[in-house]
Amino acid sequence: MFPSPDLSGFRSRAAIDALVHELSLLVDRPMRFMEVCGTHTMAVARYGLRSLFPPRFELVSGPGCPVCVTAQSHVDAMIRLARIPGVTIATFGDMVRVPGSSGSLAHAMAEGARVEIVYSPTDALHLAREVSPDPVVFLAVGFETTAPAVAATILEAERTGVENLLVHPAHKLMPPALDCIMSGGAAVNGLLCPGHVSAVIGAKAYAPLAEGQGLPCVIGGFEPADILLALTLLARQVREGRSEVENAYPRAVSWEGNKRAREVMEAVFRPEDTEWRGLGVISGSGLTLREGFRDRDARTRFGVHPVPVADPPGCVCGEVLKGVKTPTDCPLFASRCTPQSPVGPCMVSGEGACAAHYLTDGPCHA
Amino acid sequence: MRDDVILLDHGSGGLASAELISQIFLTRYGNPVLAELEDSAILDRPAGRIAFTTDGYVVDPIFFPGGDIGSLAVHGTVNDLAMRGAVPLSLSVSFIFEEGLPVRTIEQIASSIAQATARARVSISAGDTKVVPRGKADKVFITTSGLGVVPDGVELSTKRARPGDRILVSGTIGDHGATILTQRSGLTFSGGLASDTAPLHDLVRSILEGATGAVRAFRDPTRGGVATVLCEIASRSGLEIEVDEASIPIRPEVASACEILGLDPLYLANEGKCIAVVSPDMAKDVEGLMHARPEGQEAAVIGEVRDGRPGRVILRTAAGGLRVLRPLSGMPLPRIC
Repeated sequence: MFPSPDLSGFRSRAAIDALVHELSLLVDRPMRFMEVCGTHTMAVARYGLRSLFPPRFELVSGPGCPVCVTAQSHVDAMIRLARIPGVTIATFGDMVRVPGSSGSLAHAMAEGARVEIVYSPTDALHLAREVSPDPVVFLAVGFETTAPAVAATILEAERTGVENLLVHPAHKLMPPALDCIMSGGAAVNGLLCPGHVSAVIGAKAYAPLAEGQGLPCVIGGFEPADILLALTLLARQVREGRSEVENAYPRAVSWEGNKRAREVMEAVFRPEDTEWRGLGVISGSGLTLREGFRDRDARTRFGVHPVPVADPPGCVCGEVLKGVKTPTDCPLFASRCTPQSPVGPCMVSGEGACAAHYLTDGPCHA
Repeated sequence: MRDDVILLDHGSGGLASAELISQIFLTRYGNPVLAELEDSAILDRPAGRIAFTTDGYVVDPIFFPGGDIGSLAVHGTVNDLAMRGAVPLSLSVSFIFEEGLPVRTIEQIASSIAQATARARVSISAGDTKVVPRGKADKVFITTSGLGVVPDGVELSTKRARPGDRILVSGTIGDHGATILTQRSGLTFSGGLASDTAPLHDLVRSILEGATGAVRAFRDPTRGGVATVLCEIASRSGLEIEVDEASIPIRPEVASACEILGLDPLYLANEGKCIAVVSPDMAKDVEGLMHARPEGQEAAVIGEVRDGRPGRVILRTAAGGLRVLRPLSGMPLPRIC
């Protein structure tokens, strides 16, 4: 079995009950925070934490579900790539059901496209090396958490001469997106900052938001006590009128972050302007391959480039991602848009705000 | 067998088919009824009502820790009969083989079916074998149908759940689903993870005989897992169910695999477990009867039926929070980060 760390303390009822009590004492006015990361969204739903929050306390989801923020134009391009004869797509499972303008990767599979669900970019390298002599295109979706592993895989493909491993670069960078959302006037009183992304970029990445925009930022882990601890620190900052970066996840996150991971990422990728679902194009918020790796870019190899399309009519995923609206504010929520038949991407992934709300918090339609 | 792989000829209905049937199947699970090799089997009519069920098996991989597609096909159909209180009598087994499948593989599956039927004390009275060209099927698909007899007085249905009834699970959850998904993902977990595939009719009979009238319904939480079955019970009975996460038995290996793969064990398939809806005054008795059998040693009371919003299932999480459980939707997919 895997040697897994003992996390039982972070799930103990005593610790959780004490933190819930402390939070109820701290919340003396309406407080609205944003959990930036999709894994936080999922954890809050899974542990039923929302039912433990005090009155006047609200936690809304942010732009941290990688599937949710992938623009429809990119999804369409991925589906077009999948339909090219001879191409094998390697992707994380979440992308398979994301609806494009016409169908999804799942539909393309049913029509004969070769789509392999992988758990790691190294699985895609294995496919390219051992299974398929034809091009294997890895859909490089995710944030600073996933990008270093993809970069390391590309370097390994270079080192071992595996030329048929390509990528569709669709990585996103978290700080430019947060900056974009918050610069228009924050709809929230503070940020529950992502644990995994911060392990790479470091707690220091939030200093401009905290100092420049007066927004309390607390990095949290993913166990129930981790999340509640981070929320109490946020509530305390609001009460005391402070806006600082605090790290409530020191067992994984340091001030400087993981320098080696960033070096690998920066050796392979460089920032580019990219489109986010619902947020539009944000300057320098995506990653594209550097010049030396350009022949691995599936977009140029096959001439498949994202074509801008409008978001589905009525869908407010963009507003949900900004924390301006909640899933139940959407007219399509739980009527036209359900996990069985998602309209917007926030309903597809378990980390999406709408799916998490529908599956675990929402009204019962059984 | 003269050939060491399956050829299209083995499904032609001619001499090669006859050789396959006589040398592989009849030698392993033959009996006088099956050996007649007529177009249909003639069975004596048993006393009582007949239960009848059918199920297809397409599991990949076909061999996995704890079992294989053969034992799964027997247990699955035996358990579908058992969940209605039926005593399983007889099964049919129909194979679709992919051309080129090693005969050795078929022998292993047939031996596994023979062992599973002997353990469950059911006979196989009908069968069929087809072969499709390579690539038109994945190795082997099996369909089993089953006949059983429901003893007089046994009336099991999820519609019979009443407010106050307790929900029991006969053992640890998610073992089969976690095993298959880790095998499929190519992750190598050492130790511990194995399918729970097993027949449940003896457990059911010991409960029905030992605690007469206690059980309103049994369900086996296969695809869709415990959460989906609880939603079905709540929906069909028009009642609400609350379950307590901390009381649900789960192996640490399964919990770890779920964390790594981003899966929820409440939605993973089980192939040797049942959910029982039991009248409140008899819940402890039924739990004791489950504990007395090897397949029910880790049984636990996990929840309660109550008036409330019809069809709703609420989970009290180990953290003390509340959340709604919904039926499984979509494939269980691994998380992205």
